[in-house]
Amino acid sequence: MEHMTNIIELKHITKTYEDGFSAVSDFNLEVKKGEFITFLGPSGCGKTTTLRMIAGFDIPTEGEILLNGKPITELPPNERPINTVFQRYALFPHMNIYENIAFGLRQKKTPENVIMKKVRKVLELVDLEGFEKRSIDTLSGGQQQRVAIARAVVNEPQILLLDEPLGALDLKMRKEMQLELKEMHRELGITFIYVTHDQEEALTMSDKIVVMAEGKMQQIGTPEDIYNEPINAFVADFIGDSNIFNGIMTGKLKARFCGGEFACVDDVEEGTHITAVVRPEDVILTAPGQGQIRGIVSSVIFKGMHYEITVESGKNEIVAQSVHSAKVGDRVGVHVDPDNIHIMIAEDHTNIFPAEINKNNELEYNGTVLDVALTSIVKGSRQTEDGTLLDVNGSEIDTRKLRIKISIKPQDIELTDEQEEGLVQGYISNLIYKGDHYSYVIHTDLEQDFVVDDEYLWNMEDQVGLLMPVEKMIFSVKK
Amino acid sequence: MHKYLFSRKNLGIPYALFLVLFVMAPLLVLFYYAFTNGQGEFTLLNLTGFFSDPNTLGTLCYSFGIAAVTTAVCLLLAYPVAYILATSRFRTKSVILMLFVMPMWINFSLRITALKEILTWFEGNLAYHPFLNTVLGMTYDFLPFMILPIYNTIAKLDGALLEAARDLGAGGIQAFLKVTLPLSMPGILSGVSMVFLPAMTNYVVLDMLYNSTYIMGSLIGSYFAAYNWHGGSMIALILLGIVCLFTLLTRGIEEENTRGGALL
Repeated sequence: MEHMTNIIELKHITKTYEDGFSAVSDFNLEVKKGEFITFLGPSGCGKTTTLRMIAGFDIPTEGEILLNGKPITELPPNERPINTVFQRYALFPHMNIYENIAFGLRQKKTPENVIMKKVRKVLELVDLEGFEKRSIDTLSGGQQQRVAIARAVVNEPQILLLDEPLGALDLKMRKEMQLELKEMHRELGITFIYVTHDQEEALTMSDKIVVMAEGKMQQIGTPEDIYNEPINAFVADFIGDSNIFNGIMTGKLKARFCGGEFACVDDVEEGTHITAVVRPEDVILTAPGQGQIRGIVSSVIFKGMHYEITVESGKNEIVAQSVHSAKVGDRVGVHVDPDNIHIMIAEDHTNIFPAEINKNNELEYNGTVLDVALTSIVKGSRQTEDGTLLDVNGSEIDTRKLRIKISIKPQDIELTDEQEEGLVQGYISNLIYKGDHYSYVIHTDLEQDFVVDDEYLWNMEDQVGLLMPVEKMIFSVKK
Repeated sequence: MHKYLFSRKNLGIPYALFLVLFVMAPLLVLFYYAFTNGQGEFTLLNLTGFFSDPNTLGTLCYSFGIAAVTTAVCLLLAYPVAYILATSRFRTKSVILMLFVMPMWINFSLRITALKEILTWFEGNLAYHPFLNTVLGMTYDFLPFMILPIYNTIAKLDGALLEAARDLGAGGIQAFLKVTLPLSMPGILSGVSMVFLPAMTNYVVLDMLYNSTYIMGSLIGSYFAAYNWHGGSMIALILLGIVCLFTLLTRGIEEENTRGGALL
């Protein structure tokens, strides 16, 4: 059956640059004919590099690319039946729209009357009838985008690559183009490989999403799979809003996280470290005393369709979406249905916790100022002498609206007897011997659980300080 | 009440003065001498004289020939250099570019004297190859003016455009001919106008190379040396007309070029 054949396969693709930087490592992918597949990830995750290797602009250092079963790994771009829609369109400024679109056909020595027909047809497809003689610089961003798509599509490629094609458009235009691209994909039946860092865009448009981080594939699946069953904390955090907690299984179908005990449906062995993900829309606020945990409402934001309510429970924060408003300071209970708790075995026990920004625009955790500049965390920003944070365009960033999360690996945290030297203090609530080291769960005074790997033996209930070097921390920003 | 001593308008005064003193006034004087005779009467004889004298017309043609050949040689030498430098990833490329441009910082007469010595060493009597020597001297002198603008336009070229061309099925040569070359046209044109026009008039190069041939510049010089200010002014004026024509022409091509593939 035709729709079952793989049009393109990437096998153990690795791209390492001369300076040793590895943009993509051991990337494997099979794309079926006619699929709409999206590479999703933060900037620098290797998604564009992967696309460029499929297009032929970059040659992988290792691995093989197969097109219809035949290797094309080192074939130059002009010999591949693949066309690209570039991030900044890359239209030829010295040619009018007709000549831009006809460029590919002319290379194939297509007769002029056929070119004329095809160009007209493709201009109809992108809603730019009669624009043949216009020059590029008379077009708006959206129109240039359409010409770029037309120029690629007119060659009837087997695969169309789109490198963040909507990145330069405003929000409204972007939404429109998303739907149009989706429609175009249906009409043309061409395989689309789409690159974006916008998770909503990926969820709206794709048949299949590949989530990438640090050059590695994190998860591949349908938008529903990725959203409902994220494979790790990174994916859960990147796709949609999530409450992510470190925790531990305390019994059969029972997990403890966020200072409470929850029933769940994932059967994971008792004593296993877990990461629990709860989507804000699945958090139900109840009367105090009724839910699994209790807390105090710390902020309420109206979002149009719902309210986003943040509840503080101990030092944990849980974000809920509700159609009913609440008042700041309300005492509430928090309830989550068992099947709305997504339990992941924390193979990678990376600790993720929120940091605060103080009045001086310094990053702070547990009352300690961290030795790291905000400008190095918020991409493209710079700081004025009085500490105001400016973005790329020079306008002020409201730091109160920034939510910064710190992640740190268990092996990068050290335990110490000198509690005051630690960034945060707590007691050992669990320990497992892992052959060459112990894996501890530290329940901190801030009611968070940290997973720490240490080669020395500590005892249950020992009071310890956690030493966390700033240079081992990874910061992520959400606005 | 004038709060500011210098408004924007006032800042233009020195420039206006300069314009009047050193551009407008000499031009008027030039016009005056070109269209008058020794008695100060209006005449067109200078103009008709130029176009009826086979010697002056011959010099005009010869100058054109020199300028055209010099420009062509400069372009052929400069384009590959500029292209290779602009597209290469050498860390040393700014140094190499500097090496090409550096002669510009050495005194012109010194350079030409050096060239003369070298040429004499090869040719013996320089008078035997006037055309070759003139082209060599001028190419040596004007090459940086051709390299720099071409280098700048190619270096500024968006790499994505070339990738787009390759992506749409163009091989390396096709991508160069259809994208790089037409898009480097502004650089070529400004290089050409910076070489062609001086090459028609810069007779110092010829003089220093013991050259007995005449180009437009030497012709004007000879008229003034013979105290024929009227004839000399007319030739200068005709040259000015040619320059204007040339500038309009290149601008026209440039506009065509940015509007749509006229040069393809």
